[in-house]
Formats: sequence, structure tokens, C-alpha cells
Amino acid sequence: MSNAESVLGPMPVSAAREGAKPFFDQVHEWIVTVDHKKLGLMYIIYGILFLVIAGLEATVMRIQLAIPHNHFVSPQVFNQLFTMHGTTMVFLVGMPILFGFANYLAPLMIGARDMAFPRLNAFSFWMSALGGIILYFSYLGGPGLYGAGSAPDVGWFAYAPLTSQAFSPGHSTDYWIIGLLVSGVGSIGTALNIVTTVLCMRCPGMTLGRMPLFAWLNLVMSAMVLIVVSPLTAAQIMLLLDRYLGAHFFDTQAGGSAVIWMHFFWIFGHPEVYVLIIPGFAVASEIIPVFSRKPIFGYSIMVAATVAIGFVSLGVWAHHMFTIGMTSYANAFFVASTMAVGVPTGIKIFNWLGTMWGGKIRLTIPMMFCIAFLFQFLIAGLTGIMLAAAPFDWQLGNSYFVVAHFHYVLIGGLVFTIFAALYYWYPKVTGRM
Amino acid sequence: MCCLAALCLSVAEAAIAAPGADPAIPNIFTPASTPADSVYHLSLFVLEVCAAIFIVVFSLLAYSVVKFRQRASDDGREPPQIYGSNQMELAWTVIPVLIVVVLFLATARVIHAVEDARFPPNAIEVTTVGHQFWWEFQYPQEGFVTANELHVPVSDAKQPTPTHITLLSADTDHSFWVPMLAGKTDLIPNRTNSMWIDPHETGTYVGQCAQYCGVQHAKMLLRVVVESRADFDKWIAGQRAPAQVADSVARGRQIFETTACVNCHTIAGTDAKGKFGPDLTHLMSRETIAAGAALNNRADLRQWIKDPEVLKPGSLMPAMQLPEQDLDALTDYLVSLR
Repeated sequence: MSNAESVLGPMPVSAAREGAKPFFDQVHEWIVTVDHKKLGLMYIIYGILFLVIAGLEATVMRIQLAIPHNHFVSPQVFNQLFTMHGTTMVFLVGMPILFGFANYLAPLMIGARDMAFPRLNAFSFWMSALGGIILYFSYLGGPGLYGAGSAPDVGWFAYAPLTSQAFSPGHSTDYWIIGLLVSGVGSIGTALNIVTTVLCMRCPGMTLGRMPLFAWLNLVMSAMVLIVVSPLTAAQIMLLLDRYLGAHFFDTQAGGSAVIWMHFFWIFGHPEVYVLIIPGFAVASEIIPVFSRKPIFGYSIMVAATVAIGFVSLGVWAHHMFTIGMTSYANAFFVASTMAVGVPTGIKIFNWLGTMWGGKIRLTIPMMFCIAFLFQFLIAGLTGIMLAAAPFDWQLGNSYFVVAHFHYVLIGGLVFTIFAALYYWYPKVTGRM
Repeated sequence: MCCLAALCLSVAEAAIAAPGADPAIPNIFTPASTPADSVYHLSLFVLEVCAAIFIVVFSLLAYSVVKFRQRASDDGREPPQIYGSNQMELAWTVIPVLIVVVLFLATARVIHAVEDARFPPNAIEVTTVGHQFWWEFQYPQEGFVTANELHVPVSDAKQPTPTHITLLSADTDHSFWVPMLAGKTDLIPNRTNSMWIDPHETGTYVGQCAQYCGVQHAKMLLRVVVESRADFDKWIAGQRAPAQVADSVARGRQIFETTACVNCHTIAGTDAKGKFGPDLTHLMSRETIAAGAALNNRADLRQWIKDPEVLKPGSLMPAMQLPEQDLDALTDYLVSLR
């Protein structure tokens, strides 16, 4: 009897031992960990840290823009702020947090003990972390020996030839390039890991057709990361060659092409928006059925629509380039492909509505964030259709309309679903309601 | 629901189309030129379709949140568990596909009309070169160059005189955007783009660079002065005339020709043949300086020469560091360049 008790009650002993560990041992344990839950939490905490930094940058920009002819910050600082805000939100907030949730939850949902490659997982996290540190080190190291501006100021899209040595002396642009190159390696590593885990590590009986939508959507997202981050990484290397070894890929003064950079950037940049939004869909697809007290409506159609979005979104990138003087045929093609993405996206919205329809909706905090997501994402999708009409884009492009559209997508689609996920899985992660 | 949609749309259309076309307040919903007009009509159609979709989907969302929320009197039993419906899926796939097809056809038509337009032989040819952070306008048919303020004749419906604009860049990417005349088109180094306008009414239409081009992208403003044919011809004649020479400003001219001014600026008939900055031959024929950052009057001009950073931080023009009396003499000379 006493034996049985001691067998049944090891938890308090182990907890006491855990608490007794010296602080540095605990820190050491987190640094060397290859555990998917710990790495997932580190990704999320890292992303939230940069969310605060990018939020402060946005606040300073909004103060500058609050009244006309304001002199709160100089033009140079303003340009650095929008560059750093955009780069931070996409690469150091969005991607890490969604990788964090995928890391933590995907193995649990498919019945795997851990990710397929635990060490690659740790390596990828630390590469992403290093990328962020390199980007922000530009505030110290950017001026270099030239005394030029500190943080990068070329926009998050970094159009050539503004990034060439002639227009961006100093090292700030180099920190932007290398920061994203390094974090890109981390993204590719984690994406590879998620794809392998979901395809090869499912427990017996968990066929692809029975897999939770969360796992399905993160599989599609990760496959897209593998395809689209690589061109960006290649372009970053070409840009470094231009800047330091006299290559002329994008250096227009030596006959290079500014348009080639746009193609490289947007073949990454547009699918990247879907990379960020699909995990948001994944969260919504978990939470909406739970608080509607109904199963997800049209599971297989949801999977098919996501895969369709993944494929079609690889062929829409030049809708960011309607104003660069493409032929009418090229413009028409990208109008068609871009509007076509609206169809599977609409199917997803209708299926979430179908899930809520006839349910008993409990308006908890995660559910309210998901409803707000549906509303904002509806506006995001419709403004996207407006921008997809190329001639309308000739007027709207590069204006605050685009900024607003994009933030409807990513605040409504990503940030709101991240908040929903934080509230929804906080008890699971911490053991506290 | 359809009546509601139609009502909202008519109110919205009235709201955006009501104000008269004031060229000083750029508005994509008050077009004054054929390309802008085509875009305007397409945009109304797209807005109507999107507004209708918004009303339908938003109503469904609001209805389901209100109607299907859990009541206080709820018995705790599960609602009917429905896993999907192929008929519903088919409906909300086919209808959006049809909408997309219609939108695509409407869009493709406007793309073709604007991009593949043909020009009458009397079209005005202008070459625009984007610079950090100003506009150079070359009139190859007339053989002169000006800056920041593009002059074009008004285009009569009976006898159209469109202006065909070739777009080049001297440094980074820029974008030519005067919302009431046409959508934007980029100026990209190593690439020749083009666009066209045929303004129906006279006036000074404002616009700006619409592609981030460096530190002072925000103050790269743009003016298109649309004049009657007679006024335009008069302006052309004035621009083709040699620069004014007055003995009273000989001192200022000497300062101009013996300082770094000549490295960047051209004044026809003098040794100043620089191409990096705006042509100053008929400087005072322009309303603004520094690409619209300041008015072109004596005080601002003097301040601009003394320290451009005050008016336009990040401008590539250096402060000239001249003694005060030289600054006055130089300003006198520039003000004489009518």
C-alpha cells in the first residue's frame, strides 16, 4: 500500500526537485533544450517581445502622422521606423509566433512524441533569434566607418537600386540583408521539420484525412515556406554580391535590373502573406467549432481550399507590380490569378459561418477574437479584390489604402487569431485556468 | 437585403462623387482625363460588387452570432451535429467563381483601353525623368527642358490632343501619379515606361511621387498645368526663348557662374550646363521650387540657396555657404530669370 502511494505520488517530489534547481541551471536547460514544447514557448515569447518593439515603432510613426507638418521625428528616422516595423512584424513577430504554436501543438495533435528533428528545431529557433539580434544590432553597427544612418531605411520591400552602395552607404542595409538571411535559414529549417513531422510521425490510425485542420493548415504553410523563402534567400545573397563583390544583378548604374529584384521579392512576399494567414486560419478552425459546440463544417472542403490557396498564391506575386509598366496581357493574367484566390478564401469564410450556423455559440474571449477575425478578414478580402482590379490598383497602389488592406489582413487575420490562441491554449500550457 | 445594398451604394456614390472637381485637391473619384475616367467607372463597379458581398456576408455573420448565441436558459445539450453539405459547398463555390469572371472581364477591358490606346499624330510628347527628389520634363519636339511643373494643352473632345509621357529614372524608382488625370506608372532606371493623359479641363492638377525613393520621397510633389491651346503655345514660346540677360544682375550672374551652381544646373546661354539639378533658364515661370516643397518667391528662394535643409531635409542640394551680400545678388539674378 505504501509502495503504491509512492508510485502514484512522484509528481510533488519531482516538482520540489525542479524548484530547487539553481537559476543558472534552469536557464541552461532552456538554452540547450531540444524539446518541442519549450522551443515552441521560446518562439512565442521571442515573438511577443518583438511585437512590443514593433508596436512602439508604430506608435512613434502614428505620433509623427497625427498632425500635418509635424517634426516629432526627422524624415531619416521615419524611414527607418517603417522599415524596421515592417521587417520586424513579418519576420520577427508573425513567423516566430506561428512557428511556436505549430511546434507546441502539431506534435500533440498528431500523436508524435516530439518534432521529427529536435536538434534542427533548436538550431532553427536560435538562427531566427540571431537574425533578429543582427537586424537590431544595426542601431549600433549600421553607421560603420561612413557615419551613415543607423537602422536600415530602404523599406521592408527593399527595392533596388535604393539598396545599392550608391544610395545606401554604411552597413545598415547589410544588417537588414544578413539578419533576414540568417532568420530565413531558421524558417526553412522549421518548415522542413513541420512538413516531415506531419507527414511521417502521425500515430497509428491518424490518416491525413483524419488529421486536425490545425495540422493540415500548418503543413500547407510549411510547404509554402520551403518554396518561397528560398528565392528571398537567393536574392539576399545576390544583393550582398552586388554590394561587396561587384556583381550587377540589381545595380542599375551598371546595367542591372531593378525589376528582377521586385520579382524575387514578391514571389516571396506575396505567398508570405498566406504563410502568415494560414496558421491564423488554423487557429480559427480549432476554436470556432469548440465554442459553437459543432464539428467544423466541410472538413475536406476546408483542406482542399487551403491547398488551393497554397498553389494559386504562388502565381499572383506580380499584382504588387501593376504599376511597373507590364504589358496588358501580363497585367490581365495577374488580375485573373489574384481574383481566383478569392474563391477558396471565400469558401473558408462560408465554412466557418456554416460551423457557427445552428450552433450554441459561447462568447468566450477566444471566440470573440475569432468573430472579430471573420469580420476584419471579410474587409481584408474585399479590399484585396479592389486592389486586384489592376486599373483600380493604378490609383490605389502604394497609398494608405494598401497599408490599410494589409493591416486588415494581418491584424484581423494573424494578430487577432494569435490573441485567440493565447487565451485558448494558455490553460493547456500553464496548467492554470 | 438587395434594396438595402442598393440604397447604401447610391448614398456612397453620392458622397464620393458630389464635390466639384477641384484640381488642387486630388481625388480619384473626380476624374478629369480619359484614363482616370475609365478607372473611375471600373472602381465604382468593383465597389458596388464588393459592397454587395460585404452586406450579404456581414449580415450572415451578425445573424449567426446573435441568433445562435448560447442563451442563459440553455439546457446544455449539444446542438445538431452537422458535418457539411455538398450542395452548400457547390453554391458558395460556383457563385464566387461567376462573380470573379465578371469582375475579371470588366477589369481586362479597362486594362486594354488604357494600356493599348493609340495616339493621334498631334499628340504632345514629353519625357519625364525622375530624380531624387524632383521631376525633369523634356519636350523633345520643342527642344527645351523644365522641372517639376508639367504644362500640357487641354484636350478637346472634338480634336483630342493627348499628351504621351515617356517615363525614365536617373537614380532610384519613382512613380508618376496625378490622381485626377491617370493612375500611377513607375519610373524605373534602365527601363522605359510610358503613360498618357488627355485633360478635359484647364487648371493646375497636383500629384506626387508614389514610389518610395529615398529620404525626401514625401516632398517630391508634382504639378500638371493644363492650359488652353493658346496659353500652352505662349508658354512653349517663352520656354524656348533664351534666358533673360540684365546688366542690373550681372554680379549675381557672375557668382552663379563661378560657384558650384554650374555643376548641377543649366541656364541656357551661359556656361552653366549641369544636368544633376533642375534647369533654371526660366526659373521664375514656375510657381514652386524644390518639387513643390516651397513657393517660388524671393524669400523662399534665398532660404533655399542658403540652406535647403530648412525647407526640405535630405535634399541633395548642398547649402552654398555664401556671404550675405553674395546671397542677395545671386537671388536677384535668379529672380530675373523669367
